[in-house]
Amino acid sequence: MSVESQPVESLFPRLEALLPKVSKPIQYVGGELNSTVKDWDEATVRWALMYPDAYEVGLPNQGVQILYEILNEMPETLAERTYAVWPDLEALMRAEGVPQFTVDAHRPVRAFDVLGVSFSTELGYTNMLTALDLAGIPLEAADRGDDDPIVLAGGHAAFNPEPIADFLDAAVLGDGEQIAIAITEVIREWKAEGSPGGRDGLLMRLAESGGVYVPKFYDVDYHPDGRIRRVAPNRSGVPWRVHKHTVMDLDEWPYPKKPLVPLAETVHERFSVEIFRGCTRGCRFCQAGMITRPVRERSITTIGDMVEAGVKASGFNEVGLLSLSSADHSEIGDVAKGLADRYEGTNTSLSLPSTRVDAFNIDLANEFSRNGRRSGLTFAPEGGSERMRKVINKMVTEEDLIRTVTTAYTQGWRQVKLYFMCGLPTEEDADVLGIADLARKVIQAGREATGSRDIRCTVSIGGFVPKPHTPFQWAAQADHETVDRRLKALKDTLRGDKEYGRAIGMRYHDGKPSIVEGLLSRGDRRVGAVIRAVWQDGGRFDGWSEHFSFQRWMDAAAKVGVDVDWYTTREREENEVLPWDHLDAGLDREWLWQDWQDAINDVEVEDCRWTPCYDCGVCPSMGTEIQIGPTGRKLLPLTVV
Amino acid sequence: MQRLRVRYAKRGRLRFTSHRDISRAVERAVRRAEVPVAFSAGFSPHPKISYVGAAAPTGVASEAEYLEISVTRQCDPGRLKAALDGSLPPGLDVLDVVEAGSGSLADRLECSAWELRLPGADPALAAVAVARFNAAERIEVERLTKKGMRRFDAREAVLSLTTAEGSGTTAGQATSQSCVILRMVVRHATPAVRPDDVLTGLRLVADFAPPSPPEVTRLAQGPLDVRTGGPVDPFDLDRDTSRGGETGPAGEHVDGDL
Repeated sequence: MSVESQPVESLFPRLEALLPKVSKPIQYVGGELNSTVKDWDEATVRWALMYPDAYEVGLPNQGVQILYEILNEMPETLAERTYAVWPDLEALMRAEGVPQFTVDAHRPVRAFDVLGVSFSTELGYTNMLTALDLAGIPLEAADRGDDDPIVLAGGHAAFNPEPIADFLDAAVLGDGEQIAIAITEVIREWKAEGSPGGRDGLLMRLAESGGVYVPKFYDVDYHPDGRIRRVAPNRSGVPWRVHKHTVMDLDEWPYPKKPLVPLAETVHERFSVEIFRGCTRGCRFCQAGMITRPVRERSITTIGDMVEAGVKASGFNEVGLLSLSSADHSEIGDVAKGLADRYEGTNTSLSLPSTRVDAFNIDLANEFSRNGRRSGLTFAPEGGSERMRKVINKMVTEEDLIRTVTTAYTQGWRQVKLYFMCGLPTEEDADVLGIADLARKVIQAGREATGSRDIRCTVSIGGFVPKPHTPFQWAAQADHETVDRRLKALKDTLRGDKEYGRAIGMRYHDGKPSIVEGLLSRGDRRVGAVIRAVWQDGGRFDGWSEHFSFQRWMDAAAKVGVDVDWYTTREREENEVLPWDHLDAGLDREWLWQDWQDAINDVEVEDCRWTPCYDCGVCPSMGTEIQIGPTGRKLLPLTVV
Repeated sequence: MQRLRVRYAKRGRLRFTSHRDISRAVERAVRRAEVPVAFSAGFSPHPKISYVGAAAPTGVASEAEYLEISVTRQCDPGRLKAALDGSLPPGLDVLDVVEAGSGSLADRLECSAWELRLPGADPALAAVAVARFNAAERIEVERLTKKGMRRFDAREAVLSLTTAEGSGTTAGQATSQSCVILRMVVRHATPAVRPDDVLTGLRLVADFAPPSPPEVTRLAQGPLDVRTGGPVDPFDLDRDTSRGGETGPAGEHVDGDL
C-alpha cells in the first residue's frame, strides 16, 4: 500500500556496488529470459512474490512462476520476485542501508501492495523475517501501518500458518491461481474507493469472503494445561472457518507458459509441467496428498502443447512431468510415447520425478530415457517392513519392489535409489532394520538377473514429521535420540554386511532438524516467539545443514518458555482442538481420526480413483470431484515448418 | 561437420555471470536458435561447444571471449551470428563468427588487453605506483586458487601498463566522478596473471589501493603484435584463406536456414 506520491526508483545502482563482494552475484541481477518488468505507474495493484529461500532453490518454484505469469498478464497489475539473500549480501545491505529488493526491476519490497510469500516448507520462516526486516516492514502485523504491504502467506505450510500468525496479515490455502486474481481485484476496488477503513478495511474485505485467513481477526483461548480451548472470530462478518481453494480445470490454467530461464545455476534445470494435481493414494504421512485432493488431471493434449511451447521458449533440454505420483496419470503411457516420438533425435530428455513402484513399468522407463540421459531410478517404499507400509498406507509389497527393480537391472539400469522414512508411528527397531533386508534382496535379485556384480542401490532415509491435516496429525513424533539410534543400527548392519554391504549406499540426516520441523509444523501461535528469538540470534536458512543450528532453536524455545516436547513427541487426544482446526482443507475430521485408528491397526485404504469413495469429505465439502481421463487422444507429431 | 569460431562479449550486469553460467546460457540459446549443433557420442551426449582461452573472471566484463561450436550441416557465419545473438540475453552479445581455419585458436590467444576503471582513485598516486611497477623486475603476489594459496610473479607477464585519467558513471555512483584508468597488456602464462594480481602488485610496490571495487574489462585477446605491443584479431588467420584456411566449398550454404 505504497505511498503513491513517492517515485519508486531502481535500487540496482546501489546494489551493483555491493555485488563484487558477494558470492554468486548473478543471482541478484535478474533479467532472466521470460521475466517481465512492467511500468510501475501504470499498475494499480503491485505484488512482490517471495520464495523464502536462496535464489537457486526459489527460482524454479512452480507456484511462484505460475502466479508471476498470471498476475503480470492482468492489466494494471504487476508482479515482481524476491528471494532470500545470503548472509554475505545481507550484511552489506545492512551496512549500506540497501533494502530488500525485487530481482525484476530492483524495486524496494516495501513499495508494493502485497508481499506474497510461498512456503513449501516451514524452514523458510526465519528467512521471511530477514526479508521483512531488510525491507523496513515491521515484523509483527500489529505494528504495520497503511504504507506497509499486506504480508500474505501461501503454499503447503500455510495450511497451518499459526506459528507465523503474528508476522502475517493474511494467508491463503490451496491453489493460488484464482484467488490471487480475486485478491487483486479486491485491492484494486478498495484503492479506487480511496482505501476506506485503511489497512483493516482491506483485511476485512478479504476476510469476509471466507477465502482469505486474517489471523488477527481470530482469538485463541487456552486451557490451563496449555491445550487450545477455542479459536473464534473476534469481530462480526468474519467466518468461523476459512476454506482452501481448488482449481477444477487444469486445462484452463496452462501455466507456466513462458518458464523463467535463469543465468545462475539452480536446483532444477528443466521445464516442468504439472500433469495432474492432487493424489488419493492415501499415504498417511503425506500432507501434500491430503490437502490437494481431489485428483485433477491435465489432458494429454494440453500437456503436449505446454511442453512444446515451454521447450521452445526456454531452450531447456529436460522436461519434467510433475505431480505427486506421475506414473498414475491415466494416459501416462501415451504421454511418454508421444513426447519421446516428438523429441526423437533432439537430445531432449524426459523425467518423471515421482514414480510409484507399482505404477512403474519398464516400457515407460524406456520411453523416458530414449532421447536423453538414462538417469538413475528412484522409488519410495517409505517403510522398511510390510507392517510399516500398512501403517502408513503405502501399499507397495516387497514382491512389487523386487519385480520392478529386477526388470530395471535387466534393462540396463545399474543404480536404483530407494527412499524411506524413520520415526514413523508404531515403528520399532526391526522395522528400520528391515530397510537393510530389502536393500540386500534388491541387490541379490539384481545380481541374479544380470549375472553381474556391478549393481548398486542407495537407500535414502528422511526423518518423519507428523503434519497437520493428515491422519498422523495426532501422532507422537519420535524423539531424535530414537531416530538416531535406529539409523545407527541400520548403518552398522549395512556396514557389517560382507556380501552386500559394499553395493548399498546409505544417505540420511540426523534426527534433530526433524524436531524443529515438527515444532513448526504442528505449532500454534505461541511458537512464533521461538521463531523470532531464533531469528534475532542469527538464525537463517534453516533448510541448509550448514546454516541450521539445533541448539539455537532449543535455546530460543527455553528462553521464551516453549516446551518443544509438548509440541512434538506428545500424542494428541481425539477431542483436542488442534491449532489448524479452523482452517478447512476439506478433509472430514472424523474420517482423519478413523484413518489414524486404521493406521494403528494396520488397516489399509484403497485409492478412490479406482474403488468406491471412502468419504474423506473433500469432494462434497469443497464442491469438487475427481477429474481423470482417459481422453483417448494421442499426441500428433510436431509440424515441421 | 563444420566448426565455427565465435567472439562474444559480456557486458554490464551480465559481467556477474560465471563461466558455468555462460556455458548453460549458450547451450540454451543454441537450442532456441535451432542451431544444428553436433553432439558428442556416448552415454550422456553433450553439445560440442568448447570455450577457448581463460574465461574472464566473474565480475569482469569482456569484449573478447571465444568459443568454438561444431554443427552437423553447413552454416553461414553471418546468419549464425544473428541467430545466436538474438537468442542470448542482452549483455551476452555475439560480436563475430568465422568458419574455423587451420590451426588452433587457443594457440593464437597469446595475450589480453585489459582496462581497469578505478573510481575515486588518486591519479598522482596511481602514476607513482605504475612507474614503480614498471621499474620492478619481479613482484611476488599471492592469490587463492583452486589448488590453494599460490605465490607467483605478477610482473614479467605484464607487457605494458599505463595510466590515464577519465570519467564515467560507475557502479554505485549516481553521478559520474573522476576515475583513474589503467590499461595493460598481459601475456597469458601459467599461473595466469589477472588484473587483480596487478592491482595486488600496485599495492605491494606503492601502497596503492583504490577506494572502491575496480571495473575491469577485457578489451581484446589474440596473437601479440610486436609492432603495437598489443593483441591483434585472432580471426584474421581464419579469414585469410590464402594462408591455408580450410573453409568449406562456397555455395553449400542452405538458403533460408542457418
